Amino acid sequence: MSGVRVLVGTRKGAFILTSDGMRDDWKVEGPMFGGWEVYHVKGSPVDPNRIFASQSTGWFGQLIQRSDDGGATWQPAGNQFTYDGVTGTHQWYDGTPHPWEFARVWHLEPSLSDPDDVLAGVEDAALFRSTDGGQNWAELSGLRTHGTASAWQPGAGGMCLHTIIVSPKDPQRIFVAISAAGAFRSDDGGVSWRPINRGLHSEGIPDEDAEVGHCVHHIAMHPSRPDVLFMQKHWDVMRSDDAGDSWVEVSGNLPTDFGFAIDVHAHDPETVYVVPITSDSQHFPPEGKLRVYRSREGGHEWEALTKGLPQANCYVDVLRDAMAVDTLDSCGIYFGTTGGQVYVSADAGDSWKAIVHDLPAVLSVEVQTLA
Amino acid sequence: MIRVVLPAHLKTLAHVSGAIDLEVVGEPTQNSVVDALEARFPDLLGTIRDPATRKRRTFIRFFACEEDLSHDSPDAPLPKEVVSGAEPFFIVGAMAGG
Repeated sequence: MSGVRVLVGTRKGAFILTSDGMRDDWKVEGPMFGGWEVYHVKGSPVDPNRIFASQSTGWFGQLIQRSDDGGATWQPAGNQFTYDGVTGTHQWYDGTPHPWEFARVWHLEPSLSDPDDVLAGVEDAALFRSTDGGQNWAELSGLRTHGTASAWQPGAGGMCLHTIIVSPKDPQRIFVAISAAGAFRSDDGGVSWRPINRGLHSEGIPDEDAEVGHCVHHIAMHPSRPDVLFMQKHWDVMRSDDAGDSWVEVSGNLPTDFGFAIDVHAHDPETVYVVPITSDSQHFPPEGKLRVYRSREGGHEWEALTKGLPQANCYVDVLRDAMAVDTLDSCGIYFGTTGGQVYVSADAGDSWKAIVHDLPAVLSVEVQTLA
Repeated sequence: MIRVVLPAHLKTLAHVSGAIDLEVVGEPTQNSVVDALEARFPDLLGTIRDPATRKRRTFIRFFACEEDLSHDSPDAPLPKEVVSGAEPFFIVGAMAGG
């Protein structure tokens, strides 16, 4: 019988939540790497038993862990993330040049075709690739040495490369997003890059329509339509129908268009989910009501999904990598909160239940649909 | 033989429970002890010193003989009590709240 394995990264370790296809009864395992921040855990689409985890602390730095048995056991992989060539500078918060400094891995993106091939998005923003299962990492330095890079500035959470999407139809096409530089696309496997921020409008930067400098929070794509992208920007929910060449706002009737997480239904590429957050200074849901919003029209028109979610006194946040979907016939939607809850909807968002209530603050949620 | 005591998280990574008896080539210094430690336990690479700069991580401290050696030169000889094995060389995660 089919089932799901939910990979949860938290401030104090990783957890694995498993269930059968009904998604009613859950087994909770963890913490793995207890006490460490686990920014991201993601499995290989080719070999679901191979899972990568980004483990770090301010004390001991960055580790990459790898499991080859579905998370039962883990082995440290390589943790040498050395910028290629001249490091260069980006802008610091005060506008002065600041050398690139590696801090941590925010996101791991295993290849769609090779279990040994995995990309890593890091802070300070750069993209690394391993082709040997995470043992050795080499920077795809064309991104960090882009002509605009010296003008990139960190967001409040650091200058992080947090989103990596490889086109399922063309592995040479890679999308990344950086806070607060914006979105970028490579059409040659990561050798060269160009900003794809036309149409973004950010009031928080001096030139609201600048080529770079936008605080993109997350981007999602449906694998059947790799030219259609949905973006949760700092403010604004955006859509592109031309692989990022241009963007239009689709925030529509959302109660607020600030937020972090965004994802697309597994079987309907026009059904999109966001979790509106009050504002950039109030990182909790409006009115203390935790509501997922769903658009069935690819944006503009949104409906609140509330059944099973707290509708009073809820002041958690849902971070950018903390939403995921499974691919079961009745698409499951998952998200984690900074209050330590992980919610599941087994009916595409119509109703929700908490799988767990009291984990550490959830940083990331990924789902593996198992045969 | 140098006796090295690791903080809890690094003991877990190295799969050790108590103090580590470590053979150090040449004169024992902070750097040579960590070199020997990393050679024996490769999973500790980068967790004590920044892999790019080889500098002690900000929140790592080196203690021995009731002294904080963290600000000594990393290539300075360690106290004779540490070299003789009478006193352990402590690698410590700095105290921090939160």
